Amino acid sequence: MDTPRDHFDEMLEGSDGVREPYRQYQNWFSSENPSRLIKKSKEAEAFFRRTGITFNVYGRLAAQERLIPFDLIPRIIANREWSRLSKGIEQRVRAINMFLHDVYNRQEILRAGVIPTELIARNEAFLPQMMGFSPPGNIYTHIVGTDIVRTGEDDFFVLEDNARTPSGVSYMLENRETMLQMFPELFSQNKVQPVSNYPKNLRRSLAACAPVNGTDKCTVAILTPGIHNSAYFEHSFLADQMGVELVEGHDLKVVDGRVAMRTTQGYTPIDVLYRRIDDDYLDPLNFNPDSMLGVPGIMDVYRAGNITIANAPGTGIADDKAIYSYMPEIVEFYTGEKALLKNVLTHRCSEPDALKYVLENLSELVVKEVHGSGGYGMLVGPAASKKEIAAFAAKLKKNPQNYIAQPTLSLSTVPIFAKKELSPRHVDLRPFVLVSPDGINITPGGLTRVALKEGSLVVNSSQGGGTKDTWVLED
Amino acid sequence: MLGKTAGGLYWMFRFLERSENTARLIEAGFRIALTRSSDSESEWKSVVTTAGVRAGYDDIYDSYAAAHVVDYLLRDMRNPSSVMNVIANARMNARLVRTALTTEVWEAVNESWMVMKAAMKRPVRETELPALLGEVRRHSALVRGALHGTMLRNDIYDFAQIGTSLERADNTARIIDVKYYTLLPSASFVGSPLDNVQWETILRSVSAHRAFRWLNEGNMTSANIAEFMILDSRFPRSLNSASHAIEAHLGFLAKDYGAPAPSYDLVDAQLNKLRAHTIKTIFDDGLHQFIAGFIRDNNAIGSQIEQDYQFNG
Repeated sequence: MDTPRDHFDEMLEGSDGVREPYRQYQNWFSSENPSRLIKKSKEAEAFFRRTGITFNVYGRLAAQERLIPFDLIPRIIANREWSRLSKGIEQRVRAINMFLHDVYNRQEILRAGVIPTELIARNEAFLPQMMGFSPPGNIYTHIVGTDIVRTGEDDFFVLEDNARTPSGVSYMLENRETMLQMFPELFSQNKVQPVSNYPKNLRRSLAACAPVNGTDKCTVAILTPGIHNSAYFEHSFLADQMGVELVEGHDLKVVDGRVAMRTTQGYTPIDVLYRRIDDDYLDPLNFNPDSMLGVPGIMDVYRAGNITIANAPGTGIADDKAIYSYMPEIVEFYTGEKALLKNVLTHRCSEPDALKYVLENLSELVVKEVHGSGGYGMLVGPAASKKEIAAFAAKLKKNPQNYIAQPTLSLSTVPIFAKKELSPRHVDLRPFVLVSPDGINITPGGLTRVALKEGSLVVNSSQGGGTKDTWVLED
Repeated sequence: MLGKTAGGLYWMFRFLERSENTARLIEAGFRIALTRSSDSESEWKSVVTTAGVRAGYDDIYDSYAAAHVVDYLLRDMRNPSSVMNVIANARMNARLVRTALTTEVWEAVNESWMVMKAAMKRPVRETELPALLGEVRRHSALVRGALHGTMLRNDIYDFAQIGTSLERADNTARIIDVKYYTLLPSASFVGSPLDNVQWETILRSVSAHRAFRWLNEGNMTSANIAEFMILDSRFPRSLNSASHAIEAHLGFLAKDYGAPAPSYDLVDAQLNKLRAHTIKTIFDDGLHQFIAGFIRDNNAIGSQIEQDYQFNG
């Protein structure tokens, strides 16, 4: 395992230096009494519990509600760092939408031989039902949560594109709310760009993607798998903040060619459905016939231009980690520009040479399933035991095309408040991106996830990660 | 509003009301057990019956020992109406309809669940019981207060109030139903003063012993108590008041939605029946039959509301 001094720390520089964006904050922090901060930290936890900002943990007999630990030291990003980063994200998201439209229509990128045909044709995330169809505004990824990691002053990498249904935005909003309540003075000392417009922007952005045959007053609704889903809090939070209905599959049915929700006064048609369920469960008539979560026939309504589904079905193909490895080429193919953001070097285990290399270097690599998410089913070589590595190697050999491998990046660190003092921990960043025909909107900052265990690189909330408020300063 | 949301609100407030009512039943039972050593078992038995959980209780226990009854009513997860289960259900429904609630109402429900879960982790000792039951009532009042103080007066509020009132009417009617024999006059209608402890229990289980004393100047006859609990429009837990509240809010919904639903006619008929009676005619026709009929009709109103407003599709 690497030692902390090998990492780029975003706050501290050298033995006692503080990087520029953190200077004002550092002044405040050094004058604070640690016992007051400990008390504030406990207050924050009580606030989260009372508000019910919890997530459900799977894999236990009775699903439990847990808190995502919140750390009170903000992560601070300078405006010039942010504007570079956001330009790169915007370029990438634009390219992904063009890629999706192409893959489901003319497939020019395949004809040009930029990516191999079989990567699309044999991909379970590819939906043939989307072929020849263009969603309103040609927008597939209305909501994106690009995962970014940093390894140096100017070194940002995209780790995952999360073009399907990224979660975590409610934590971004609640973390800021908590900081505002606990330390209002910090926000008068530092000019922090606001995030609170997100729900309003989300609603506007979704409404701008109304279907061809929609109603004048665009009705938006959020589709949740239900109260037991791990992200249910977020679903209800967003519905509440946007002022739209939160529906489940059994609230919906197709009435007169429209998807409609059952209200106390009969059925009301929906124009834009922000769905937080996977493609597979969306429509038992067109996909998984056992699904109880979706709406029978919604795909036919969709293809007839009578509802907008956000994000579009079939978007998952862009999240495939083998496709990810081609992202620099994809960006260049559609935008004609070099990709602004770097990709992490990715070994495709489907290729024999790559597989050989990966098997020989498992203890130094991170291996992921091509369709995996949430940190499940992955191997972090440097942190794994010999036994775990051997077991993983067996899985890998059996089904190599199911995996990709990447070098272990030395992720940047930001200090957390641990036992009265600052202590560095690895972080990543998930900015939230909204896409509509009116343009691309990125909320300044995003969700910073932090691995609370010293030295750990796994930031997922399901595996002991926490979160931080993320500030982008004004100039 | 979604039909599901209307249903969630209705049940959330039925469950909250039930938690409070069950706590009050236990309180009244506890008091009787303290003040009278003989035959407290039959008192606890009637508490279990009133709570409507006799069958489930008898499956597990052979006797009506105080500790068993209290534990079963308070925190037994096998009892769907135990205070803990009911509070958890209220909160689950609140999560379901989170978008229809103000932060204040949601936080009050959520806090009640957190506090009660911690307090009922282990069996509750007798010395802690009064304080705990007080907490149950206090938390229910907090939610109600947040509802009154912060919610818009629209259909959301109506469904919440209808759930509360329907549960309330059912609860008061059950108490009368189980205890009706103690209210029956032995000789003449005017009757003799009732057994003090019995009438106290009845009144305490609807939080009305004090109000009753003030209104009736200590004149405790069975007719007075029955009239108070059935017909008195000043008493918020009387059958008359609760039914009026249901009618009022179904009326608001009818105005809001442009037309009355069939459930409105049912509650109207219920109110006409109450209006057509005096306490004398109720006793003449048979108190037990009257109450049984009321409970039946009240349930029918509930089912009709579920249908009218598409709670379940």
